[in-house]
Amino acid sequence: MSKSPNIFIPALGGTALIIGLAYGIASRDYGAGKIEILETRVQQVEAQASVASEKASAESERAAELEQMIAEVQAAAAERVSSEADLTTPAPRTGGSYGIGRAAHSEEIAVWDVDVLPNGRGLPVGSGNAFDGEEIFADKCASCHGDFAEGVDNWPVLAGGFDTLADEDPVKTVGSYWPYLSTAYDYIYRSMPFGEAGTLTPDETYAIVAYILYSNDLIDDEFDLSQANLGSFEMHNKDGFVVDDRPEQEYAKWREEPCMENCKEEVHVTMRSVFLVETPPESGSNSVMNHASAEGLPSFTSEGPSFIPVAVAKPTKQDEANAAPAVQETETEDEGVDLIAAGKKVFRKCQACHKVGDGAKNASGPQLNGLVGRTMGSTDDFKYSGVFLAAMEEGRVWDEAALAEFLAKPKSYMKGTKMAFSGLKKEADITAVTEYLKSFGE
Amino acid sequence: MDEMFKPSRRSFLRGSAAVAVGSAAGAAAAEGPDPLIADLQDWASYTGVGVDETPYGMPISFESHVVRRNVEWLTASPISSINFTPIHALDGTITPQGCAFERHHSGAIELSKQDYRLMINGLVDKPLVFTYDDIERLPRENHVYFCECAANTGMEWAGAQLNGAQFTHGMIHNMEYTGVPLRTLLSEAGADTSSDKWVYVEGADASSNGRSIPMEKALDDVLVAFKANGEALRMEHGYPVRLVVPGWEGNMWVKWLRRIEVTDMAVESREETSKYTDVYENGMARKWTWVMDAKSVITSPSPQMPIKHGPGQMVISGLAWSGHGQITRVDVSKDGGITWETARLGKQGDTKALTRFYLDTQWDGKPMLLQARAIDDTGYVQPTKGQLRERRGENSVYHNNCIQTWYVDAEGNAENVEVS
Ligand code: HEC
Ligand code: HEC
Repeated sequence: MSKSPNIFIPALGGTALIIGLAYGIASRDYGAGKIEILETRVQQVEAQASVASEKASAESERAAELEQMIAEVQAAAAERVSSEADLTTPAPRTGGSYGIGRAAHSEEIAVWDVDVLPNGRGLPVGSGNAFDGEEIFADKCASCHGDFAEGVDNWPVLAGGFDTLADEDPVKTVGSYWPYLSTAYDYIYRSMPFGEAGTLTPDETYAIVAYILYSNDLIDDEFDLSQANLGSFEMHNKDGFVVDDRPEQEYAKWREEPCMENCKEEVHVTMRSVFLVETPPESGSNSVMNHASAEGLPSFTSEGPSFIPVAVAKPTKQDEANAAPAVQETETEDEGVDLIAAGKKVFRKCQACHKVGDGAKNASGPQLNGLVGRTMGSTDDFKYSGVFLAAMEEGRVWDEAALAEFLAKPKSYMKGTKMAFSGLKKEADITAVTEYLKSFGE
Repeated sequence: MDEMFKPSRRSFLRGSAAVAVGSAAGAAAAEGPDPLIADLQDWASYTGVGVDETPYGMPISFESHVVRRNVEWLTASPISSINFTPIHALDGTITPQGCAFERHHSGAIELSKQDYRLMINGLVDKPLVFTYDDIERLPRENHVYFCECAANTGMEWAGAQLNGAQFTHGMIHNMEYTGVPLRTLLSEAGADTSSDKWVYVEGADASSNGRSIPMEKALDDVLVAFKANGEALRMEHGYPVRLVVPGWEGNMWVKWLRRIEVTDMAVESREETSKYTDVYENGMARKWTWVMDAKSVITSPSPQMPIKHGPGQMVISGLAWSGHGQITRVDVSKDGGITWETARLGKQGDTKALTRFYLDTQWDGKPMLLQARAIDDTGYVQPTKGQLRERRGENSVYHNNCIQTWYVDAEGNAENVEVS
């Protein structure tokens, strides 16, 4: 190394010097170190100023400015030392302003500030009733929440559950649990439908909220819900909440010095894990019912366990044992790869409802494996709408052209489809997502 | 990677055989010389991988199983779902971003710094819009904080459910954040900061996930953060900017933060009424239960981390934290809470951050009921499941900070259990 000219040597030398200095400072007594640093700084500023004043014998204005600076630095140094603030004092708390950021336009505020307060403040002008709401709900919400807001599969239930809150499994719905109706308007308007949030109009939202109330038997189907009465609508569970009372109910009691010895006579296992969780090397987990019972386990006293059970076969495969080195497959360079990658991104618009890939199952929409070349409306066990069933009867098959037309305007290509999706506006997105879907076989 | 640098299959087999011998008898007592020492190994002879082979490094392939994992049947769709930090396999306190749990209400979004805007409006003198670059011009701070989902350990209200610390306690991570105090932004806008005011925050994603924060907290330690563990936030944690609400439930740590509104009352959004409220046994519910109380868990041994070395010297290790402040003490029991020993803290706990504890001890090879119990600087002692249920019933879903029990059998395997 010493023979070859090495570009690192000067750099390393410099680093060593800096590290050495830093060490020197760090290893001194903390307070003393701090004062010294500040003194050094003051000296530096003074030195700087004297050089400056030499140069600036003519420019006396500048010199005065520098002197002012010195005074400020010295004052700051003195203050720091006297207040014993350490060098990690948090960012300054200013009452004033740094002048960062620009004024928000009122149009911008109007678009983003749509939250609705419990008393209805923030509601836009509009109205709707359950009669209109039923149709919109069936079109945009029922695929996940059910025709009567009763929930499909694991998706949230929005209606019913009255008088279950004290049960073992309370059913918490808009009707049974939510204390304010404003919350329903606020949430639905900004966050639903899932996968196409922000597309509802105020009138549609009022109508949907009315339909949800109607599904909960809280109003009849002619009740007009509007900005005038939503804020004062009384919900079933409006008195069902108390503000956090842990400080009085729990903290006061749970502050005693805890027991360290002979805290109990005997301890036994009352319940074993319901699921054993297998962890495949790559990702995810599989839950498997645990059939072992608590009976075979020892109880404990201060003497230790009552007996040592004979070992049985290990219940789970431990992930450590499976930790085989991962095989990294490098993707082959391919023209299509970029398009598929782009399509994968577009597919995020679909994935709330559709699954694709190995073992993909039907969700609120049918799985899309091997789509191109597949008969329309033909996946097993999926409840298609009438128009899809008819297409299947006729033996119509998905090709790229049909798919492009459908994805551009689902509702006009398939009149009456229950796919609650307004369509892909960009042709490039349609091409890309088609390419992506084609990369999955049956 | 070049073939040359991979350990050959033969040396791999040789290596693992040697390890097996080592673990049975202890390395020192191996019969004859250990081939890993006695033979020239490939890695000691051929050169390794050059710089820049992986411009951004991933963990070595041997660690590829240490990943966050979800439990599919818990939710309807992975887009509105949760996964779990592999806390069983980590040590120290900092959670690497790449394996820190994710919780999304409408999926993780890709929002660039150029497209990022933050609005502050409501009861302010000057409603403002900040770009990402604006935020980096304000004085910033560094703090380590834990972020725990209010539903962490939520499945366990109904009894021992999932076998693994990752699944019972993995909705938590702990990172060093760099960010601007929220109070600085409030002061820039000339906000009304009187104590009866609220700060409503929302995200730029489709769920928007709005939450109301009382002014006192907003002025205290809340950060508008843009870096975690030194690097940019990950997409799944809210790149480019998220809120950090130290000690308070993770749902309030709004990701992709896009708007801050000063209001005169709580918005009572869906995330603070329908969700993140805790139902008592009598059907009444608690709301505004923001603070995460003191809690601890033994991460090793645990169901995914069995004792493999047999009886003798061992380390029992775990994590403790409190949303009220610092962890001052952790006790460990091997007999289900009859006898307790005070563990050693890896380092004095930071406020509202994970603290690592260790009990260096001997295992006699007999079954154990392992428990840990955290105490914080308010004197609060982590309660048992029985104490919590007595107060709250079993329907709370959120804020389960009970003492966890692992049954360890004579083989060293651990299982999630509940005890009398
Ligand atoms: C693709 C499935 C899907 C569709 C379509 C859909 N939702 Fe949802 N909805 C969800 C999911 C998922 C959640 C929970 C989101 C979360 O995790 O935050 C939800 C939550 C809700 C909630 C809150 C439930 C609770 O208990 O907190 C309401 C209310 C709601 N949706 C109403 C609607 C309405 C009204 C529509 C139609 C305009 C609609 N949804 C369309 C999937 C859907
Ligand atoms: C809100 C849920 C939802 C979204 C979002 C959605 N779909 Fe659908 N999709 C459905 C439903 C439901 C059906 C069944 C339609 C029927 O029965 O009328 C369907 C049907 C289809 C079909 C016909 C499949 C068959 O078996 O014949 C295709 C193709 C399709 N969707 C593609 C897409 C693509 C591509 C996207 C994204 C660009 C998308 N969908 C977005 C719910 C959705």
